[in-house]
Amino acid sequence: MVVEAANGTGQADVIIRVRDLVVGFGPKIIMRGLDLDVRRGEVLGFVGGSGQGKSVLTRTILGLVPKRSGKIEVFGQDLDRVDADDRRRLERRYGVMFQQGALFSGLTVKQNVQAPMREHLKLSQRLMDELALLKIELVGLPRDAADKFPSELSGGMIKRAALARALALDPELVFLDEPTSGLDPIGAAEFDDLIQTLQRTLGLTVFMVTHDLDSIYAICDRIAALAEGKVIAEGTIQTMLSSQHPWVKAYFRGKRGRVLALTRDDRHAPAGGL
Amino acid sequence: MPAKPGFAVERAGDETRLNLGGDWTLESGAEMERSSDGLIGAAAGARAAVIDLARVGRMDTGGAWLIDRARTILEAAGVQSRIENARPAQSTLLEAAGWRDFEAPKPRRGHPLLDMLTDVGASVVNAWRDLVHGVGFLGESVVALLRALGRPHLFRMTSLIYHLESFGLRSVPIILLINFLVGCIVAQQGIFQLRYFGAETFAVNMIGILILREMGVLLTSIMIAGRSGSAITAEIGSMKMREEIDALKVMGLSPMDVLIVPRLLALILALPLLTFLADMAGIFGGLVVSWGYAGLSPDAFLDRLKTAIGFNTFMVGLIKAPFMALVIGLIGAMEGLAVQGSAESLGRQVTSSVVKAIFMVIVVDGLFAMFFASIEY
Ligand SMILES: Nc1ncnc2c1ncn2[C@@H]1O[C@H](COP(=O)(O)OP(=O)(O)OP(=O)(O)O)[C@@H](O)[C@H]1O
Ligand SMILES: [Mg+2]
Repeated sequence: MVVEAANGTGQADVIIRVRDLVVGFGPKIIMRGLDLDVRRGEVLGFVGGSGQGKSVLTRTILGLVPKRSGKIEVFGQDLDRVDADDRRRLERRYGVMFQQGALFSGLTVKQNVQAPMREHLKLSQRLMDELALLKIELVGLPRDAADKFPSELSGGMIKRAALARALALDPELVFLDEPTSGLDPIGAAEFDDLIQTLQRTLGLTVFMVTHDLDSIYAICDRIAALAEGKVIAEGTIQTMLSSQHPWVKAYFRGKRGRVLALTRDDRHAPAGGL
Repeated sequence: MPAKPGFAVERAGDETRLNLGGDWTLESGAEMERSSDGLIGAAAGARAAVIDLARVGRMDTGGAWLIDRARTILEAAGVQSRIENARPAQSTLLEAAGWRDFEAPKPRRGHPLLDMLTDVGASVVNAWRDLVHGVGFLGESVVALLRALGRPHLFRMTSLIYHLESFGLRSVPIILLINFLVGCIVAQQGIFQLRYFGAETFAVNMIGILILREMGVLLTSIMIAGRSGSAITAEIGSMKMREEIDALKVMGLSPMDVLIVPRLLALILALPLLTFLADMAGIFGGLVVSWGYAGLSPDAFLDRLKTAIGFNTFMVGLIKAPFMALVIGLIGAMEGLAVQGSAESLGRQVTSSVVKAIFMVIVVDGLFAMFFASIEY
């Protein structure tokens, strides 16, 4: 979300690099030697059946779930080797939107957005108020939502508020866990547009877990599919459509996938400006 | 490390050029705010101002907002201002995070005295409402209890047993321990004070009456209010928070029958049993101390006790127990159902559940004392 002085070197550098990751709970192994790259400036869609471990992978990259073995690098730094201070600095550079929103129930939406600012930045209350309201407006929430508590919001509003909080520190990388699940198709399409617009304007890298084929067609630059604890296919829609793996085939060329594959050309029309 | 966000001023006639430099990102928050205020000061009074972004390093929404805010404020002060040399990415950012007017919310502040009076009034009204609501809730749950007793085949036995275990069985060690200790202390103090009058043996009367009539049931109730009343509020409250109560209702189940009646009944059964154990532990504590401290043999202690107390002394304590249980359970459930959406409200209701329950236990104990005194039991 930061505009660099010199435009990048042109080569797509890797922001998240996961190698040979093994994660398990008790006797149950969830990741069996998973490899994954997320490149700067892209929207990576991460798909996989329910319970395959998409959320677990996200949480492992975020350091919330311990890994058994393997290597995770974020912004070129090996997460096993960074000390607490560096880790804090790293965490400042990414924003997270959890599957259930995870808004602080005792704070209003505005205070939720300000919470990370308060912790990490030294800003005047006035600027914090203005920036929080700006973020709330950017994610398309009405202004009066700012002073509401999470329990007073609809499901879709919770998602937007969670996105606003994830964007609070102007992160370079955002993790979105199923941002459009539970939204109506129109709301979901709006949300897709929103993510894409934000990604373009603010230069975000987006790691997005999703089940939503529409989102995948609409905004994902690349897709990674998870099954049996590994990334079984990785690449553009074309790669996915030509994959021979049975699950990928069923997912992208099943009844719902086919319709989208036929109509996807008109869906690629760029989203309007903000 | 980010470069300091700053600017250089260049005056050409009545036009001021502000050449911005450094990284305008939130990392250098306070400094950036100062620089942005500086921009306004530097160009105030000029006819026109140009904000030149050519030498700006990195920029984020915070920077864009502050730069655009400075520009807008200058405009409003009659200085024609524009931004120059923004790279395309910066322009998009300036557009997306450009200035817009968020009217500052006015903090509504009344007169302190008036506020205080309002608070007092509100709490009186709330206390009254609590009482009315409490009585209604009491009626509702007694009806539900009787209905449950009338239809034993529909009764939730598993739930009852589970709560009996967690409220009753698991409190036994701590209740035995504190009552034993209190028994010891009462005995020691009694013997020590009565020794002046050579009436050490009367300490036994005191121990018997105090423990059986008051201390046993009171300590047990207070312990259970803290231990199980809070648990009831927390359980029901977090279910309320996560819409589980609503889920029960739409399944055609009444939260009263499913959640509250088994807990109430478990408390009503457990508390007399615990009080009995508490009485025994307290008396035993007294016996041990009388033996060790005053040399009164256990046989002599028990003989003395038999003449000092009657069956009614014992019953007075025990009769109170189910009422205490009802009070604790009702307050716990009511406070649990009063939980709103937030984690703080859960904490607040648990606290208030324990405080109210302990307070009410003592009030009820006082009422019983008056009642028993007037019927001379
Ligand atoms: N804390 C935990 N303890 C034990 N097992 C867990 C834990 N968290 C997740 N799992 C297991 O890990 C597996 C992957 O769960 P995960 O939540 O990552 O699924 P998912 O791919 O995100 O599914 P969905 O699409 O439904 O969100 C599941 O089988 C789940 O039961
Ligand atoms: Mg998940």
